[in-house]
Formats: sequence, C-alpha cells, structure tokens
Amino acid sequence: MTATGCLAANDWICGEYVRSRRYELLDAVVQHVGIAFSSVVLGLVVAFPLALAARRWGAGPVLGLTTVLYTIPSLAMFALLLPVFGISAGIVVTGLVLYSLTVLVRNLIAGFEAVPEEVREAARGMGYGPRQLLLGVELPLLLPALMAGVRIATVSAISLTTVGAIVGYGGLGNLIYSGMENFFKAEVLTASAICVVLAVLADLLLLGLQWLITPWSRHRAGRGKVL
Amino acid sequence: MSSSWETIPALWQWLSTGSNWSGENGAWQRIAEHLVLTSTSLGLACAIALPAAAWLGHIGRGGALAINISNIGRAVPTFAVLVLLTLSPLGEHGDWPTIIALVLFAVPPLLTNAYVGVREVDHDVVEAARGMGMSGWHLLRRVELPLAFPLIMTGIRSAVVQVVATATLAALPGGGGLGRIITAGFRTYDTAQVVAGAALVAMLALAAEGVLVAVSQVFDPARRRTKAERRWRRAGQGPSTYNEAGALPVSERKPV
Repeated sequence: MTATGCLAANDWICGEYVRSRRYELLDAVVQHVGIAFSSVVLGLVVAFPLALAARRWGAGPVLGLTTVLYTIPSLAMFALLLPVFGISAGIVVTGLVLYSLTVLVRNLIAGFEAVPEEVREAARGMGYGPRQLLLGVELPLLLPALMAGVRIATVSAISLTTVGAIVGYGGLGNLIYSGMENFFKAEVLTASAICVVLAVLADLLLLGLQWLITPWSRHRAGRGKVL
Repeated sequence: MSSSWETIPALWQWLSTGSNWSGENGAWQRIAEHLVLTSTSLGLACAIALPAAAWLGHIGRGGALAINISNIGRAVPTFAVLVLLTLSPLGEHGDWPTIIALVLFAVPPLLTNAYVGVREVDHDVVEAARGMGMSGWHLLRRVELPLAFPLIMTGIRSAVVQVVATATLAALPGGGGLGRIITAGFRTYDTAQVVAGAALVAMLALAAEGVLVAVSQVFDPARRRTKAERRWRRAGQGPSTYNEAGALPVSERKPV
C-alpha cells in the first residue's frame, strides 16, 4: 500500500495524515496546551485565597460550592457559560478553572491541616510573623499535597479541554470533532493519542518539578506509604 | 446568539413552552433516554466491578492494578473514547458505543473504592472473625462488606456522577440523552435552548448525587453506631482511599 493509500482507505493509523497535516496538528496542540495550562494557573491563583478563607472561616461553604460545581457535566458547564462569554476560549478556560478549584482547594486545605502544630509553635517561637510563617514554613510543607492536586487538575484539564470542541476551542478536541463529522478515522485516533501523550507528559513533568522543589522529601522517600 | 441579560427570560420562555417537553425530541424523551442509558450501564459496571473488587480485596491481591487503572483512565479523554467507539464497527449498533464508554468510565471508581474498602478493613476485626470460626464467604459477607460499605457507596456515587456526565457527552457523536438538547441548540444558534438543556443536565446530575447521599445514609449498616464513632469515621480515621497527600481519593476523576 502506498503512503497516500492509507488516506484513501481511511485507515486508523496513517503516517501520511501526520505528515500532511502536521501544522494543523501543531496548532491544535498549542491551543490545547494553552487552554489547559492557563486554566490550571488561574485555578491556582483563585484557589489560594479560597483556601486561606476556608482556613479562617471554616471549610464547609467553600468545599460545598466547589463540589457542586464539580458535579456539573462539562458540556452543560460550557453551555451555561455561553451567554456570559459568547463563543470564545474564555468559556473553556473558565469552566476548567471552576473544575480545578475543587481539587486544588481540597488539597490545599488538607495540606494546611497536615502541617504539625509543633512546627508552627517552633516557628512562632523563633519570631516568625503570620506572613513569614505562611510563606517560609507552611507553604513548603504543603507543597507535596498541593502538587498532588496540581497533577490531578492538570491531567483532568488536558482531558476535558477536548469537550471545548463544542464551541470550537477544544484544541485537539476540534480535530476529534471534525474527524467524527467526516468519518476520518486517522484524524480522530491521532488527535486522541496525542491528547493522552500530552496528559502523561504533563504528569511526568509535574512529578519532576515536585522532585526538584521538595529536596527534603527525597531522603525519606523510601519510608513513605504511597497509596 | 443573544447576550447574557436576554438569556434569563428566554430560558424561562423555553422551559415553560409545552412543545419543548413533548414529542420525540422533547425534554421528557431526552430525560428518559438519559435515565435508561445511565441505569443500564451502571448496572453492568456494578455487575463487573463489585464482585471482582470484593474478591480481590478479600484475598488481598491486585491493589496496584486497581489504582493504576484509575490513574491511566484519568488521562484518556472521554470524548475521544466515545468518538473512537462510534467510528469503530460497534458504531452501527445503536446505543452500544455509548453504553460501553459509560461502563468503561464507571468501572474504575467502583473497582478502586470497593477494593480498598475491603482491603483496609481493620486487621484485628478480621482476625477476631476468623477466631470465631468464620472463613471465606462468611467473612466477606458478614464482616468485610459491611465495614467496606461507606467506601463502596463512595465509589458508586463517583460512578453515577461520571455516568450522568458522560451520557451528556454521548450527544456529540449523535447518541441520545439530555446532551442532545444542548447540541441541537448549538446547531440552531438558540442560546435559550442551549442554556435550558445545560440547566436540566446540571439539575439531573445534582439530583443523582443527592439521591445517592440519601441512599447511602439509609442503608449504611453502621447507621446505628454511636455519634462518636461516626464522627471518627467522618474525620477520615477509618479505611480510606486517600492518596499520599491525604487529600483526595485516588479514584477521583473529574466527571466529563
């Protein structure tokens, strides 16, 4: 079978498709990563004050609200945001930010709770003020919990960005959508596979980042119970 | 498409128009389709996952497998799986691509939670039961399953939320369910219909979650425990599927 043969035969796997549409694929990847990345970053920016507020005034309302948002299916979420933003990438990013809040806020709160009270006492005894305590002691100690949340939020965001195809801002999801409408198997499979690869790569990168920024946890890695 | 301020009266208009609810493409029909899809696939997923998880938890094997399935599953976009199944030869068989996709995404939370629930039952309790002469099937049915109940219900809740959400997405490749109201609205540039469909889906998802919370409280075998014991369990001291950060159940996957 010749190289163009697989396009004509509508095979699932087709090197010619990848070669001839590589710029289209690249654009889709750039849009995909842009949407997923900016929503996790924005999610972090929003989650921090929420977690601090939850710590001060009780976690109930914040956790309740974010959990309710989490339950709303993405197609419905994007549709509900349609009148607010019109057709734009803002719909997808906002939806994903709202979803990422659930994981990020929950993990931040759990991280704060996991900081031993003795450590706080010791820091206060050494003359740390509230801000120094937060930035110098609590923040580093809750990094593992936070990073676990960021990993889950990122992988979910990459997977959910595909649904943004409904408004034309779904990155690789756009290709899956058009492939579905034209019954173009190679387009669907290639875009789906790249999507999974992106999610796994992002997860590994974040794992590496966590390894870099928490040097102290490496020494007791062997003892930690991982489940 | 109309702007946001015109949407609310238009939404009300859509919801209060009888013809939008009746007939072959009406909202009642879509709700019925959604419920049929959801309950069929949930039944299948439970029939596959729960016995397997209970047995694996009982003999204490396959834990890494259960957790890895959940982790890999999170990276695979549900939309991609739905479209791939629809384009495969299965696509000619009506609702089957949708049902299979729904089952695929319902199994991991069911499997992981039930496995961990049975696995993490207090060892002393199991030993005591053995000492009383219980073994195998008896031990599983009388001791391990009742103690694992809260986690099994957590798994079922995640699965239901997951399935309700995925059934919405099934409308993109032309399946039935409530998502069809949204996709049809997009096609005709009818913002009111898009938002009305979304509101119905959101309400159904929240209602499903609410019903399950109630069901798990009514059927909890530990319902008659003392308040202190329940507080202890809620505080997370009991068996749990929590990850290294102690923050999020390992089976957690954002419902699509």
